[in-house]
Formats: sequence, structure tokens, C-alpha cells
Amino acid sequence: MSHHIVEVKNLKYTYPDGTCALKDISFRITHGESVAVVGENGAGKSTLLLHLNGYLMSGNGIIRIGDYPLTKETVKEIRRTVGMVFQDPDDQLFMPTVYDDVAFGPLNLSLPPEEVDSRVENALFTVGALHLKSRPPYRLSGGEKRSVSIATVLAMSPDILVMDEPTSNLDPRARRKLIELLKTFKHTKIIATHDLDMVMDLCERTIVIHKGQVMSDGPTAEIFMNQELLAESHLEKPLRMQGCPVCGNK
Amino acid sequence: MSRIQTAFLDLGLMDTLSGKDTPVHRLDPRAKLLTTLIFIITVVSFGKYEISAIIPFFIFPAVMMSLGELPFYYLFRKILIVIPFAFMIGIFNPLIDREILMRIGLFSISGGWISFCSIMVKFILTAGSVLVLIACTGFNSVCMALEKMGAPRIFAVQLLFLYRYIFVLIVEASRMANARALRSFDGKGKGMKVFGYLLGHLLLRTIDRAQRIYLAMLCRGFDGEIRVNRHLEAGMREVIFTVAWSAFFIAMRVYNIPLIAGSFITELIL
Repeated sequence: MSHHIVEVKNLKYTYPDGTCALKDISFRITHGESVAVVGENGAGKSTLLLHLNGYLMSGNGIIRIGDYPLTKETVKEIRRTVGMVFQDPDDQLFMPTVYDDVAFGPLNLSLPPEEVDSRVENALFTVGALHLKSRPPYRLSGGEKRSVSIATVLAMSPDILVMDEPTSNLDPRARRKLIELLKTFKHTKIIATHDLDMVMDLCERTIVIHKGQVMSDGPTAEIFMNQELLAESHLEKPLRMQGCPVCGNK
Repeated sequence: MSRIQTAFLDLGLMDTLSGKDTPVHRLDPRAKLLTTLIFIITVVSFGKYEISAIIPFFIFPAVMMSLGELPFYYLFRKILIVIPFAFMIGIFNPLIDREILMRIGLFSISGGWISFCSIMVKFILTAGSVLVLIACTGFNSVCMALEKMGAPRIFAVQLLFLYRYIFVLIVEASRMANARALRSFDGKGKGMKVFGYLLGHLLLRTIDRAQRIYLAMLCRGFDGEIRVNRHLEAGMREVIFTVAWSAFFIAMRVYNIPLIAGSFITELIL
């Protein structure tokens, strides 16, 4: 297999209405890495993610996914390689039943029906949602919807998983289960989030974005110790690293 | 609970009904769809003054409802909601068509009233049969059947999306309605103007969501065609179901059964 590298060089992007979302972003994520992208609301995280699967393309800067530079010609291959999980599962689950939804991607890859079938079963099994197969998506709970959203992406066997706020709107147990599930994945992972405690569990590396620029890029533990950097980027230490309000230990 | 939320639960019940497991539910959707189509065509093909000959057609929805274990009152309420449309179509007939067609004792009944009743009966039958079809098949399967039977794909897909997102839309609308209700006092804030804003806002949100859904589709290789991996299987049961019912409908269309039965009984008595 080729190396699942994500490389972004001098990426700039301005929305048609003149909002400058990305000023100058560069980083390189190598095979199997798990990287968190953190930053305040409106820092440019979502805009950055939208570039990684070619939904937004800007003339400024270079993006390479694996062996391909991201261009109009390679976008189809790149979308298969990069699995994108959206923040709102209702946007991701648009087909009438869970099965149809998970089968949507594989069918678009023109796989034979038996292969589609086994991929759907495998993906649903992996996220523990096989029993939901014939249910309509609007009848699922928030946690179930999230699991199925991830299955829809897994069914396409991506090499790189890109997730936007995967733990938002989940109850604590569903959140914990999701984190445990994501830990088992061997994919290269890029996770945009405000849930810094999850970042501590999942990502060994963190990229801090502030006002469309990379503020810092390094080992998660180091970044979360840097109080000044966090404050400047409108972030706080993860709760686990803060003092205990009951026993008063700092 | 707001009325929007009630509508949501009501629609959800329709979905629950379609998930039952009865002989009617197990039939291939295409057989049920085709039979219902033939039913509707035969019903609407009756003349405008016909009432008695149409009455036996109630057998079909009645049988389907009892075999499919569908609640009568629930479906009946659904018909009541849409009945004003048929009422508005038919209500001018008695004013325009005043020719006396029938006398019962001292009462004389004009052609207008008869055609009005005919319209109402036909409406209840056709709307009822479609509701029964959806309740014992499921909206999604009806769409799939439409598509498999050669309806334009884009049409079937549009219906599927409509059904999928009506739930999301209802939830969004009810949230907005709740937010408004909680901050409206003494009728202030409930006016048409605010309603207009709400509606406009809902439209904008819908456009935003449509864009995000399209993006999600693109991410999974959407190229303009929606493919569905589903096999429908029609066997002997389906053929018998469709042929038997259709033959029955056509027989009822050709012979006025209540009239024949009536004259038979009259003959017996005399």
C-alpha cells in the first residue's frame, strides 16, 4: 500500500464573500498518525477539513494525499482514500435505511452486490450497529447515528479518516464508547474538535489553529502544558489536567 | 405538546405500522402498488352520478386493513385531514346542477348532490387505499417499487429524500415554534409577520442543510445517480394477489353488484 500521508503546504483560502478563513497553513501528517486540529470557533478548522477531500479547492497552496496531489482529476480517488465524518449525522445519513446508507458509497464505487453486502455487514459490525441495519436513520439515538455515520465511511475502506467534532452531542457513555472504538482504528486520523480530553486519549499530536494560521504543531502533552499558547488560542487545559474542585489539588 | 410535534409522532406511527409482519406486509411492494393503481383507476372511471356501484369497492381497503392489522380510526383521521380538498372540488355541483334525478318520498335530490356524493365516495376510496398501501408497505418500499416498475428514477429519489428529511424538518420547525411560543405573551409575537420570519429562516436553514448533504454525498462518490442494493422478489403469491383483486375490481366495474343483488332479492320477494 502507498503511504497514507497528508501534506498541506502554504494553503490559503478566502471565501467568496471576502472572509479570509485560511491564511497560511502547512503541515505534514504521516502514515498511521492520529492528529487533533484544535482552535477557537471560526479559527478555520472546518474550512481546512473541507480542503482535505477536495470540496473546497484553492489556487493557493498544495495538498497531497498519499501519492496524489489534489486536483480535479484526482479528486475521485482522493475521496475514496479520505473518509469524512461530518459533525451532524443527519447530514451524513440521507438514505431511507441504515443499510442503504452504508451501501451508498460502495455502490458508487461500482463494487459487485455481494462485495457491497459484506462491506456493509463488516462496517456495521465494527461500530457495533449491525442490529440497526434495517432501521430508518431518523429513528436512531444520537450515539447510534454517530456510529452509523462512521460505518458509512468505513464501508469505503478509506486510508485516512477525517472527523469533525466526533464527540459533540453525545452522552458521556456514548462518548466513551466512541473513543474506545476510534482507538482500535489503524487509519491515519485527523480530528477537529473542542473536546481536549478526547484529544489526550486519541491523538499523540496536536495542531493548534488560530485565525487561519498554525499557532503550534507538536506532541499533545507539550501543547496542553503550554498555558500561554492555550490562552492565546481561546483554549483551556483539558479538564483532566486541571485541579480537582473537590479535593483542591492543583 | 405543539401541533407540529404531534404531526411528527403521527407520521412516525405510519412508519411503525409499515414495520408489522402480516401476510399483507410480506407481499412484494410492487404487487400491492399495482393492485392499488388498478383499484384507483377502476374507481375513478365510474360516471359522475354513480354511487351504488362504487360502494362494494370498500371491500378492498377493508380486507387489507383487517389482514394488515391496521387501526381504522387512525387512517380515517388521516383522510379527514385532506377531505376539505375534495369538498371544495365537489361543493359547487349542487349549485350548478339542479336537475332532479331522484325522489325519496317528499324529498327530491338533484343531480348536483348525487355527483357531489359520488366525488366524496371516490375520494375516500382512493385516498384510503393509498394510505392503506403506505401503512402496509412503508413509504420507502413504495418508492422502490415505483422505481422498479419504471417510474423515472429522479422522481422516486425525490420522494425518498422528501420522506427522509420531512422528519428533520419537522424537528427543526418545532424547535423554532417552541422558541417563539416561550417568548410570546398575550398574543404578542404570534402574528403573521413573525411567522413569515420563521418560515424564511427555515428555508435558509434547509438550503444550508441541502448543501451539507450534497457535500456528504460527494464525499462518498456520488456522481448523479443513486444506486440501491435491494432485490425485490415476486412469486406466485404476488401474481395471485394482483390478478384476483384486479379481476374482482373489473367485475365490479362492469356489473353493478348492488343493483343485481337488489333486483334478485326483489324478484325473490315478489
